[in-house]
Amino acid sequence: MSWAIIQQSLPMFGKGFVLTLWLSFVGIIGSIIVGLICSLFQYFKVPILHQIASVYVEISRNTPLLIQLFFLYYAFPVIGIKFGAELCGIIGLIFLGGSYMAEGFTGGFNGVSKGQVESGKAIGLSRWQLAKYVVFPQGFSLSVPAMAANIIFLIKETSIFTVIAIPELTNTALDLIGMYYRSNEYLLVLVIGYAIILVPLSIVLTLLERRVRYGAFGN
Amino acid sequence: MAEKVLQVEHLEKSYQKKHVLHDINFSVAQGEVVTLLGPSGSGKSTLIRCLNGLEVYQKGTITFEGQKIIPTEKNWQQIRQKIGMVFQSYDLFPNLTVMDNILLGPTKVQKKDKATARSEALALLKSVELDDYANAYPRELSGGQKQRVAIVRALALHPDFMLFDEVTASLDPEMVRGVLTIIENLANRDNMTMIVVTHEMNFAKQIADRVLFLQDGRILEQTPSEQFFTAPQTDRAKVFLDSMDF
Amino acid sequence: MAHSGISVLLEGTNFMRLLGGLWVTVKIAAVALIAGIILGIALGVLRTFKNRPLRIVLRLYLEFFRVVPTVVLLFLFYYILPKQMNFNLPADQLATLVFALWVGAEMSDIVRGALISVPKHQIESGKAIGLSRFQLYWYVLIPQSINLEIPATINLATRVIKTTSILLLISVMDVINIGQQIIEANNHTYPTGVFWVYGLIFLFYFLIDYPLSWWAKRLEKKRLERENG
Repeated sequence: MSWAIIQQSLPMFGKGFVLTLWLSFVGIIGSIIVGLICSLFQYFKVPILHQIASVYVEISRNTPLLIQLFFLYYAFPVIGIKFGAELCGIIGLIFLGGSYMAEGFTGGFNGVSKGQVESGKAIGLSRWQLAKYVVFPQGFSLSVPAMAANIIFLIKETSIFTVIAIPELTNTALDLIGMYYRSNEYLLVLVIGYAIILVPLSIVLTLLERRVRYGAFGN
Repeated sequence: MAEKVLQVEHLEKSYQKKHVLHDINFSVAQGEVVTLLGPSGSGKSTLIRCLNGLEVYQKGTITFEGQKIIPTEKNWQQIRQKIGMVFQSYDLFPNLTVMDNILLGPTKVQKKDKATARSEALALLKSVELDDYANAYPRELSGGQKQRVAIVRALALHPDFMLFDEVTASLDPEMVRGVLTIIENLANRDNMTMIVVTHEMNFAKQIADRVLFLQDGRILEQTPSEQFFTAPQTDRAKVFLDSMDF
Repeated sequence: MAHSGISVLLEGTNFMRLLGGLWVTVKIAAVALIAGIILGIALGVLRTFKNRPLRIVLRLYLEFFRVVPTVVLLFLFYYILPKQMNFNLPADQLATLVFALWVGAEMSDIVRGALISVPKHQIESGKAIGLSRFQLYWYVLIPQSINLEIPATINLATRVIKTTSILLLISVMDVINIGQQIIEANNHTYPTGVFWVYGLIFLFYFLIDYPLSWWAKRLEKKRLERENG
């Protein structure tokens, strides 16, 4: 183990680190938006769109990100649709994450108890009012643990971007190992890189989960 | 004979293969208090839930205030403002304060002016001795207090008719009295028309004008209260009364 | 267009080769799951014990495998085992080992979560009739926690199957690796072949994972219905 080698590699890892963060951030925001839209289609049973959302969720959840990326990056250009690697990565991550988020929101909405829904109906709330005042506020709190798990999952999935040569953390490490044959040092930095992102994040999300649990529930 | 507020004719209900209500016929007059009694699983709760559109029924008609109800969700939304309902599980909305729980119906459904609705709500809370809790969240309340708020939440819509479904069944014994007193006052003082499902026999005896006795999804007898508790017409009702401890 | 890309699948032994690759993928996933589940059950039970150092060690093991992306785990073992420990394994066995350890970590959390969700009075009732610790787990806790564990375990299996797609990175001859070889070999004759080969692999994964997730969802729904009466 050589500190000099680690030190020399830090600027490159720094770039990879920032790229991992950035791609994760965009991917997670996009996933939440796509997931929310799909779960709303499903909740309100919007004709046609709700079936489309269900098919999308099943396809996306049951196939690996790696193949989704290969499709976007290698197969689509053949039929004339071409994106850069980073855009492919973001689209792929949103395609994958959207279904996970949709399942999280839907699980939250379905988790609101039957008694709550009936109480809302009993005071004459319309379907939309019921959603707005009863199901959504409670459903979102109930979906926080799933959201937290999805966020961490999606950040880790960015490591797969290495297969289409996006220079994020994992790709940076593999490149360096390939060039200089020093695996111990680079792997150590790589693991620390992910730990810096994921350990604090998972602590924050656990605290948030607890707050939500003790805050909103206990009817 | 007072005016019939609610009339149920030939109501039939089944879940998949199980037939749970058979040819239910009865009516309720203005100001009358009807209690539904019967062993558990007899269909009392299902019946009272049908009257608020929470269960789908296959046959029969329900007529409310002279209007035959066409059972669509939209129609029920209108009718539920006239027929209040309180549940065993009280189910206050945990994300809203006591006051907002009560105001939701009047301000959002009935579009009442917020200030008026609020002063009405406060008066109602005062009548159940909970005006100090207006800004509390449901989790800060005991079960009995929650149930009192749930009753206020239903009353805030100024319903003509109230349905109470086992409202004391999940309360600690010492909380039961307070809730029952509110219902009694509602019946005696405010002359509210209501249907009450309960296991509290003394309460039923005291409050009911008439008893509907259900078993296996059928109404076996409809008798004025005094007569039901002293001289029931059917053997099944006798057995039922003997089994109850009161 | 002289050739339709779909013909690439029918050319020679291509389709059979892809199926062979799929078999490698499935085999690795299956062995890793079986070994990992057994390991995870043992660790999960240990994590419910009162012994603090043991619990901390096992918790660290779990968190490590949870924080580090599976791709990185794979490379850690790929580089470090032979170099530091002089322990050489063929790539497919190495992958099986990594996946089994990962499954073991995740499974330990599923098992622990299910065990501690069994109501306390069940444990007390068990103790009250004089059950030993082993008997308590064997007759009371484990049977009651299984309904909670099975859907989560099936979901874990679908994740493992999807994650096998990264085997390519350490040159295991899995379905994707063989797919790439076929695409490269036929690039000139069938330029659109890439679409069909990846399409078929996509479909393979979907056909394995979709029934599993459907099953898990159904079990979970049934369990919730049972619980809510």
